Amino acid sequence: MPETTKRARPRKIHPLPLRIMHWLNALAIVMMIGSGWQIYDASPLFNFTFPTLITIGGWLGAGIAWHLAFMWLLMANGLAYLIWGASTGHFRRKLWPLSPSAVLQDFRRAFTLRLHHQRGVYNAVQKLLYAGVILAGIAVVISGLAIWKPVQLWFFCDLCGGYFAARYVHFTAMAVIVAFFAIHVLLVLLVPKTLPSMITGGKMPEPQP
Amino acid sequence: MKKPDPTRRKILHRALAFGALAALPGCDYENPQNPDLADDVLHMMSWFNDRMQQALFDPHTLAPTFSADQITQPPRFNAFYDISQAPIVDPASYKLELGGQIQDKSPWTLGKLRTLPQESQITRLICVEGWRVIGQWSGVRLGDFLRRIGADTTCRYVSFKCADGYYSSIDMESALHPQTILALDFLGAPLTPAFGAPVRLRIPTKLGFKNPKSLTYLGVSNIYSGGYWEDQGYNWFSGS
Repeated sequence: MPETTKRARPRKIHPLPLRIMHWLNALAIVMMIGSGWQIYDASPLFNFTFPTLITIGGWLGAGIAWHLAFMWLLMANGLAYLIWGASTGHFRRKLWPLSPSAVLQDFRRAFTLRLHHQRGVYNAVQKLLYAGVILAGIAVVISGLAIWKPVQLWFFCDLCGGYFAARYVHFTAMAVIVAFFAIHVLLVLLVPKTLPSMITGGKMPEPQP
Repeated sequence: MKKPDPTRRKILHRALAFGALAALPGCDYENPQNPDLADDVLHMMSWFNDRMQQALFDPHTLAPTFSADQITQPPRFNAFYDISQAPIVDPASYKLELGGQIQDKSPWTLGKLRTLPQESQITRLICVEGWRVIGQWSGVRLGDFLRRIGADTTCRYVSFKCADGYYSSIDMESALHPQTILALDFLGAPLTPAFGAPVRLRIPTKLGFKNPKSLTYLGVSNIYSGGYWEDQGYNWFSGS
């Protein structure tokens, strides 16, 4: 390939399909969690309920309606992301390799403020968080389908250990996603220059000499 | 401690509650007579979900059954009113009225229903709220009953009316499912008023609110007739 075309079109940090899927997912996740909390409140699993202030729908019927409407967006978008990420090599490039020693090392660097952020490249802690939230996303969909259709989709229900256990799996996966969401948004607030590139695509920095 | 600023809280509330959907306002399904944009979106998606569930429904997939020692004790009462308000129906004068696309519309007494073959099941009832109970019900298979009365089983809907003003309707495929019964007994004894005496629908392939109690009318039709909760926003098919 001639050198000039390379110069004319610098590589983006976040390719367009990824950016579209990211924001669709953000919308779906906010709607699913807000309406999910509304549904949880009708029959709490633990000794607390979510304040009405942060639930979506106003009452159980509307909470379920929002939940079962946006689940299609969450699932279709999530599936598209998994297919895209696997087929383009995105997962392999961004999340691999991932070893416990690398995670420990980067954690230590982060706490001693010696971890450098290089745009477009993930450190081991980031890799762990992204891989973890993808797995939580898969778990939340499987357990959600198990709760929605314990008879017709009995295999998902069995996989979760039955209907009763599936509600706990669903709640736990939600909690992992919420924890990720909190860390993710906090880090964007701490390093705000990462936000525009998720909208415009950004420009991959030149490799350091 | 600083008291939270009410206007800031209100803004936060709005931002969290509606997120990017600022165009879809309001407390949803608040006023069924005056649907707003959010209601229209939700109705459309609920209709889509009915179709998806109809496609997903396999008439040969059975709801799980349980052993007698797994039965929930004491049984859990649930209705849109207090247990003291449960309707008392005189079993001696009881009649199940029939209507719609049925050849023989003569009403059925309790005694006559008991002469039909009885089917017993220990199944799980899952409430739309998320909790579940396990119970034992027995009665007449709805599919057998519909064929016995000469119902047109090519119709789309079977609808029910109840002594307490409740009403609901189900799809014909689910009505003909082998585990769908007109229950007469609960936990080995005739149904009590709180649990739907004298006849209730027991359909373990659907959520609890699709199991209407104290039936007074059964109709077969191609015209959609909704239901007490369905008309307020619960998904109509609500299959498990």
